[in-house]
Amino acid sequence: MANLTINGKTINVDVEDDTPLLWAIRENVGLTGTKYGCGIALCGACTVHVDGVAMRSCGMTVSEAVGKQITTIEGLASNGALHKVQQAWIAHDVPQCGYCQSGMIMAVAALLKEKPKPTDQDIDEAITNICRCGTFQQVREAIHAAASA
Amino acid sequence: MNQHVMPKLNRRAFVIGAAAAGAGLAIGLDIPFGGPQVVRAADGSPEVNVWVVIRPDNTTVIRVARSEMGQGTLTGLAQLVAEELECDWSKVITEYPTPGQSVARKRPWGDFSTGGSRGIRSSQEYVRKGGATARMMLVQAATNEWKVPASECTAANSVITHTPSGRTTTYGKVVEAAAKLTPPADADVKLKDPKDWKIAGKGVKRLDTVDKTTGAMIYGADFKLPGMLNAAIKDAPVFGSKLKSYDEAKIAGMKGVKKVVKVGDSAVAVVADTWWHAKTALDALPIVWDEGENAKVSSESIAKWLAEGLDNSQPAFIGNQNGDAKAAIASAVKKVEAVYNYPYQNHATMEPMNATALYTPDKCEVWCGTQNGEAAFAATLEASGLPAEKCEVHKLILGGGFGRRGMTDYVRQAVLIAKQMPGTPVKLLWSREEDMAQGKFHPVTQCKLTGAFDADNNLTALHVRLSGQSILYTVRPAALVNGMDTAAFQGLSPSGDAAFGYSVPNLLVEHSMRNPHVPPGFWRGVNVNQNAIYMECFMDELAHSVGQDPVEFRRKLMSKHPKHLAVLNAVAEKIGWGKPAPQGVYRGIAQVMGYGSYVAGAAEISVTDGSKIKVHRIVASTDPGYIVNPAQVERQIAGSFVYGLSALFYGGCTVKDGKMEQTNFDTYNSMRIAEMPKVECVMVPSGGFWGGVGEPTIGVAAPAVLNAYFAATGKRIRSVPLKDQNITFA
Repeated sequence: MANLTINGKTINVDVEDDTPLLWAIRENVGLTGTKYGCGIALCGACTVHVDGVAMRSCGMTVSEAVGKQITTIEGLASNGALHKVQQAWIAHDVPQCGYCQSGMIMAVAALLKEKPKPTDQDIDEAITNICRCGTFQQVREAIHAAASA
Repeated sequence: MNQHVMPKLNRRAFVIGAAAAGAGLAIGLDIPFGGPQVVRAADGSPEVNVWVVIRPDNTTVIRVARSEMGQGTLTGLAQLVAEELECDWSKVITEYPTPGQSVARKRPWGDFSTGGSRGIRSSQEYVRKGGATARMMLVQAATNEWKVPASECTAANSVITHTPSGRTTTYGKVVEAAAKLTPPADADVKLKDPKDWKIAGKGVKRLDTVDKTTGAMIYGADFKLPGMLNAAIKDAPVFGSKLKSYDEAKIAGMKGVKKVVKVGDSAVAVVADTWWHAKTALDALPIVWDEGENAKVSSESIAKWLAEGLDNSQPAFIGNQNGDAKAAIASAVKKVEAVYNYPYQNHATMEPMNATALYTPDKCEVWCGTQNGEAAFAATLEASGLPAEKCEVHKLILGGGFGRRGMTDYVRQAVLIAKQMPGTPVKLLWSREEDMAQGKFHPVTQCKLTGAFDADNNLTALHVRLSGQSILYTVRPAALVNGMDTAAFQGLSPSGDAAFGYSVPNLLVEHSMRNPHVPPGFWRGVNVNQNAIYMECFMDELAHSVGQDPVEFRRKLMSKHPKHLAVLNAVAEKIGWGKPAPQGVYRGIAQVMGYGSYVAGAAEISVTDGSKIKVHRIVASTDPGYIVNPAQVERQIAGSFVYGLSALFYGGCTVKDGKMEQTNFDTYNSMRIAEMPKVECVMVPSGGFWGGVGEPTIGVAAPAVLNAYFAATGKRIRSVPLKDQNITFA
């Protein structure tokens, strides 16, 4: 049993303490926008915000997440408006298969919070998510567009 | 902006599927007196024909039989139907027909298979006719009402106008009447000249983007049914071996575990309340495998066997020949020879394989991402033992395909598990480790190439001897031609959609087929990948061996192949071939034909310490005949370099003790944004034919970079991946 605060709501989840946050979010809370890709914190498909910082939720346990503000892709929009990163993603038609894009968008949203006008080098260092379709060219364009939005 | 409709479809499919097992697209038939049957969609709106459903508010539902896996086919096919239909594009949504409905209605949507870059090119004509036919019926319905000739009416944006009177009506108003009309004869359906296209040919936005940015899109891995359980599976890691035993008692008390089941004769699955519980218990389950002889196979033993196939004394299939290459080489003034190889590769779709199945003795339903709905349906029939009318497959959006999801092993497993738990829906999801272990791998090959020159440095002969695995031998044996896998010669064929682009007086291209026990599959680009590396790097070697410029050298051999030459020239010009490159930057170039399209690529790279490569810029050109959505073609081309260069730098799956050594992205890495070069596309659609887009460009990615590496270092790389030679991205 653990109380998790996800997208502003506190939810009691009946899981073992060492359950990866990813699986608690997907299976116990039922938010499937956060994806499973590798389970070893390498691909970034499971990226969420924990107290505003981009974290790979497959590599973090539920007990480590207790008491923290967790934001998933479903909670990124606010007051009925999509986040500027999501808006830039739509304007630049970024996703192909789309499976990695939740994690990519969460990683980018956290980057822009820290560095509102990232350089290409900032992007290279901060965005390490895998995309097998190869959307990187549009991802970079959309990051710069969101930064100047 | 268009409605982003797939999730709505999915949600509805879910509701229908859960509430009334077996309900498909059509829920009823109207049989009016004296007229044809009207087939209605789930919401009651009539079909004008199988491709087009129109709602009273003019919402146009376009049916798409091919699968969307990121390549944009869903949007492209909808554009083609909408172009001829003359409907309001802003009111277009799409919907997948189901394979069960297709069988019941005698395959009105044709082939569902989505591979070989065929999504658009092999269905464009009949889907355009579907749109045109529906438009003619809608206009006819209006003219019947107005009692005017159809020739006085025009249609645009879902509005029909009687030009002389200015009277108008909408598709939504006449659709009920149109649906009752007899369709025009096929010969009376005229398609537009592509130069008159208004929706097709334009870079309109994808129809599925919004839900892919909000987390709302439901992939197979996300699918849920009430009361559903979750399964994790382990199949025999030594390919072709068997499951001997497992000790169920060891995990009996583990949380959430409901059942441990044998799946076929080679796999075991744990079914639990959550997938995390199922996976945790499976990892703790002691399993004994009956590994057999295949456990002795290694990458080294495979390489040795393939190397023997390079010897001319061994039998081989001849894929392309003219003149007498062996004799010309034997008597040549100058001879150049090189041996290349290409490893196994895993598709590594971001979404691991998965399928959800619900079995009862009266019905078996499957929900999954698949590149081949009809093959998934056939697998469902076979595994369930039920007849077609008692089976259904509901297709979901794919988290990547690249050829892997054309296979149905995961569908079969899901049904075999569900069959042991009648009435309980079970979602089978592979771990990444299972996905890496149980791939359908890009085949392993080697290639020996020999070129001969006369005294004036003209290329007089070329002998290309391939040795290695055939995909068709295992996957589609009926497609072999007298034992020969013609697809093994992709890019090197005498004619067809993967034709060789050079004229050499004496040519011999042959294949010594050697099939190791590792299961092969169609991996985005398929045999174009290695054949383009072999041929295009060797072309570079030949050019340098006689001191000629690689582009000039190629041009001399390409005069009879103007379309191949046109894309080569396009990239050469755009990248500035022949002009000085920036300080420290070196160029390489490659061309190939595959999937009916002509492609070329050029790379600008710099190399540090001989081992760190920075790819600065790529120029890529493609001639696919026609382009339905240039924005998506551009994305497919850029993405092709990510797939092709990931394989070149980081890829390669190796066999030890009969099984794959790579287990996850730590041992099978993939390019990140920092490594992504700028990709510039030059599209030169020349018309008159329809080629594919998703795959051919991958072929030129690796050789363009390898040839640039030679230009930079003087060192020729003939083996993939580069990580094995301690070469990496800078």
